[in-house]
Order: sequence, then C-alpha cells, then structure tokens
Amino acid sequence: MLRLRPILTPGSLHRRFATVAGPHALVLLEHRAGVIESGSLSALTAAQQLGGQVTGLVVGAPDQVKGVVEKAKKLKGLTNVLHSSSEQYAHSIPEVVSPLLEKLLSDNTPYTHVVSAHSSSAKSLLPRVAARLDLPAVSDITSLEHDSTSNATTFTRPIYAGNAIATVRAPESVRVKVFTVRSTAFKASAEDESAQAEEKAIDPVEVSNPPTQHVRTDLTKSDRPDLGSASRVVSGGRALKNAETFKATLEPLADALGAAIGASRAAVDAGYADNSLQVGQTGKVVAPELYMAIGISGAIQHLAGMKDSKMIVAINKDPEAPIFQVADVGLVADLYEAVPELVEKLKQ
Amino acid sequence: MRPSAVRLLNILVPVKRTVDYAVKIRVNPDQKGVDLNVKHSMNPFDEIAVEEAVRLREKLKDEVKSIKVVTIGPPKAAETLRTALAMGADAGIHIEVPDSAPAPEPLGVAKALRAVIQREKDGVDLVIMGKQAIDDDAGQTGQMLAGLMDWAQATFASKVVVDPKAKEVQVTREIDGGLEELKCRLPLVVTTDLRLNEPRYASLPNIMKAKKKPIQKLTPAELEVDLAPILEKVKVSEPPKRVGGGKVENVDQLIAKLKEAGITSVKS
Repeated sequence: MLRLRPILTPGSLHRRFATVAGPHALVLLEHRAGVIESGSLSALTAAQQLGGQVTGLVVGAPDQVKGVVEKAKKLKGLTNVLHSSSEQYAHSIPEVVSPLLEKLLSDNTPYTHVVSAHSSSAKSLLPRVAARLDLPAVSDITSLEHDSTSNATTFTRPIYAGNAIATVRAPESVRVKVFTVRSTAFKASAEDESAQAEEKAIDPVEVSNPPTQHVRTDLTKSDRPDLGSASRVVSGGRALKNAETFKATLEPLADALGAAIGASRAAVDAGYADNSLQVGQTGKVVAPELYMAIGISGAIQHLAGMKDSKMIVAINKDPEAPIFQVADVGLVADLYEAVPELVEKLKQ
Repeated sequence: MRPSAVRLLNILVPVKRTVDYAVKIRVNPDQKGVDLNVKHSMNPFDEIAVEEAVRLREKLKDEVKSIKVVTIGPPKAAETLRTALAMGADAGIHIEVPDSAPAPEPLGVAKALRAVIQREKDGVDLVIMGKQAIDDDAGQTGQMLAGLMDWAQATFASKVVVDPKAKEVQVTREIDGGLEELKCRLPLVVTTDLRLNEPRYASLPNIMKAKKKPIQKLTPAELEVDLAPILEKVKVSEPPKRVGGGKVENVDQLIAKLKEAGITSVKS
C-alpha cells in the first residue's frame, strides 16, 4: 500500500497556493440482490487513498436501489451517496447507463476521479464513458498515489499477465481520471455504524430505443463462498478427467476447508467446470489465504490469476510441472490418492 | 458512416501484433520496458475474432459481403495481417507507424478505428475484436470504439448469432458469476472471449493465396488521428518474486504444513 508523499517539500513552499479543491472521487457501488459487491468496497478503499472527498454512486432499478443506498450510507469514508433509479438500469447495460455518467462528468463536474472495481460490468461501462468524454482510462490498478500539487495521479498495474508491473502517471491535463481497481490489491471498506453519509437522488437519463436489450442472466448457483473474495480456494485442472470427477474429487476437499472452487482454463474449456470458476489472466484474479492447485500444471496465464495468494499448495503427478516453482508446499503424487487421503485426515 | 446495403454484412476485425503468449517475459534492467526481441504473434483474442468472422461467412455465405482486417503497427505488423488473410479475411488495412513510435493507447486506437470505419465507402456493420491484448491487458479498446461511434457493444462474447435480415445479433457473454445473453442491433462492436471458438491454422494453399490479397497502407496523419500517448509511462518493473519450490513427501507432511499456517478443516 503506498503512502501519500508529504506535500510540504522545500519546493512546494514556493508554489502558488492551490486554488482548486483536493480530489473528489466518484465510486461506482455495484450491487446484486440488495448487497453491495465486495469489489466495489475495494474500489472505495482505493478512492479514499486519493486523499479527498469520496462520493458513492448507486444505479439500478427502483426496487433495488433503496436498500443498497441505506447500506451505502453506512460505509466508512463516504462523504455522500448519489443514486439514480430506472427500470432501464436493472441490468447494467453500458449503452443505457453511460449517458447518466456522461452527464455527471460533463465540463463543470466536481469529480476529479471515477473509480470502480475491475468487474465484468464496470469494465464494460467505464471505458465507453471515458471515450465519450475524450478521456483515457486505466485498468486493473494495484496501487495509486495522488499528488495534489501537480494534480497528477500515478498508478501501478500488471501487464503481460502480471509478469511485469507498469507504473503510469495521469497528468493534470487528464481532466477526470477514470480507473478500475484490482480488488485483491485493496482491502474492502467496512461499515461504520456511526457513519451516515448524505444521499441525493439524481434523475435517470432515459435512453429512447436502446440498441441493446437484456435477454437473460444465468448465474451459477452455489452455497460455496464466492471465488473472487474467498479466503480459501481449491482449484482443479485438466487432470480431473470430466465434470463428475471434478466435482466428486474437489467438493469434499472444498467442503472440509470451507473453500471456494476454481478451475484452470483447460478444465473449463474441457467442460469440467463453469466459466465463472476460471482463474487466470483473463478469468478471475484471486489472492486468498490458501490456494490449492490440484492437477494444474501452472501455465503463465493461470499463475497470473493466483500468484498473489498467501499460501500456494500444489498436488500434481508431474514433478516438472511449473506450478511447483510458485508453490510454498508441493506434493508430487497421484491426486486421486492424495486428495481423498487429505480429506479424510483433515476431518480427523 | 453509412450502413451497408440491405442484408449484406461488412465486417471489420482489428488485430494486434503482440509478444507471443508462450514467451517468458523479461523486464529490461533499464526499467523502460520488457525485452521485445522475442517471438511475436497475433494477439490470441484477435485470432478468435478473425476466426469468428470467417465462420460467420461460412454460415451466412453471401450475406457477408466483406471481411477486412486492420492493424496499427510498424512494418513488421503486416505479417499479422497476412496471417489473418490466410485464415480467410479478404483485405487488410495497415496503419503504419515507425518502429520507434511509443505504443498507442486504447483511446488513440479507438479513434484510428473510427476514422477507418468512417472512410469505408460500403460502411461497417460489425466490428469483432479481442477483448484484451495480452501485452497491456487493458481491455478497453472495443468499448471505447463503441462509445465513440455510439454503437451497441457486447463484450466477452462466448457465442455470437447474427441475423443479417433483422440486423440483430444475439450475444452470450461471460460475466462474473455466469453468463448473460443480450440482443443487439447492428451496427455493433463485439469483443471476443476465450471460448468463442478455436481458431484454425491457415493451410499452406491459403497462405499462398493470402499473398495476393490487398493490403492498404495508411498513416495516422492521413486518418487525422494523433496516436501520441496521453498517460506517462514512468517505469516497468519486475513483480515481487515468489519463492516457491517447497516440497513435502506425503499427505501427513502436507497437513502439518497447513496446520503451521493456521489452516485446519472447518468441521473438525
């Protein structure tokens, strides 16, 4: 986590007194079934690190928004909560939501930064908004530092599947700095019972005849912890043979550890697991306390999604598997023997 | 931008030449970038985009009037266009920039693509492009292009069904937690996800045929687009090193290690 650079350096004593206010970030608070997404809470933490005011934005259908706003008002560090309701906003269609954001960020906007999680919905929306405002955007940041004297914000972000870290600076000329946040890099903001941010309703910007319509959403139903925020993950690879074997082998282990289940790309491509379980460069990026890679070889693209895990355990038949190079604890064994044995002994 | 004549689709596929996905990335000691003296290939997501366009033509036949591929890059980027032509695209557009030019940013690329679309006399109905490039992993260009054009957009597509007569496209997308289905009107920008298709290898006869397909050369100046980056690249550094390699010999030792780390079962 970066500390803000002290503003009172010898040079700054001679600078003209800044007449502009400090940063004012607008944070997109996404929600599902009345609950604020954990990624948005990480985005809120990142926004607070800019060092100025933070305004939350809740957009959705009328029956969704009210409950979410009540929860948002209790979030630590939020100055106020804007909200906008419309049936049109029920499904986060970028073409429909963008006009609202463009209006909030037009020329005399008080906002200097726009922040969201790097979620599939926000990363579909924010670049569209940015382009329509002739602004660049920065994706999937892992740290930030704002310098109020120069009005520039510097970010770090992974590139080349996390094999390199880019440090990029958005100078003052970037009127509003739009960025998405890697949630594993910022601790989720918590509630503060004593906090009570102000709320303000914003008229929706209705889009007549939108070119895109939502047809359906199919979410994988699971009682397990959510993969993106679980503290323990048990992940399976191509060695798991088929969907039944994948489930039968990994579920008992995940149950014993109270873990979420993940999968390598190979496993998902082969149909052993749903795409929502894919961990990797283009799937989910996770950083749990424990990541167990079962029958996963450890391709670069998979490592990109889990190498920040606190403890990595690997079970694989192949002693040369690249996964062992990042594993804290590696066991070269037949997973069909090792995993059941592990489950049994864990339960003792 | 004029839409094409009734029922005939003009498809544009932007492609990018990137470091090959299997290359081991090395950060240069001067911290200005990564070692680029390595194998380059077409961005894997763009290969999927080219493949999808070719499959659309195989399915819709004459209803697909043209498949054009476009790239922004130094002279070597023409190889990437040739690969796409060998896979089945009809013609290429090479927006050539010098080897020494800094990499354009998504907003600049989107503006260049907008200029290309506006110059196409038959118009463009469908843009299919990769959801992200595996070098910068930005994942913004498709959305930015759709925003600049005020077109419909469908990102992370895992299935695309086009109805040229109705000028509608049904897209299934991979989202956090599952799948979403959208119905979009043309003109549309689709960005491809991994499972949309498995790209073909170009056959030798098609590689030979591709040499005769036309590649139009353009400069950013001709397109009246400024590709200079807006964001400043401060440095490129190595990620924190992960020290791995710890081994245990059996499950008992594994459990001992887990216990050491404070990890036990939830139902003890």
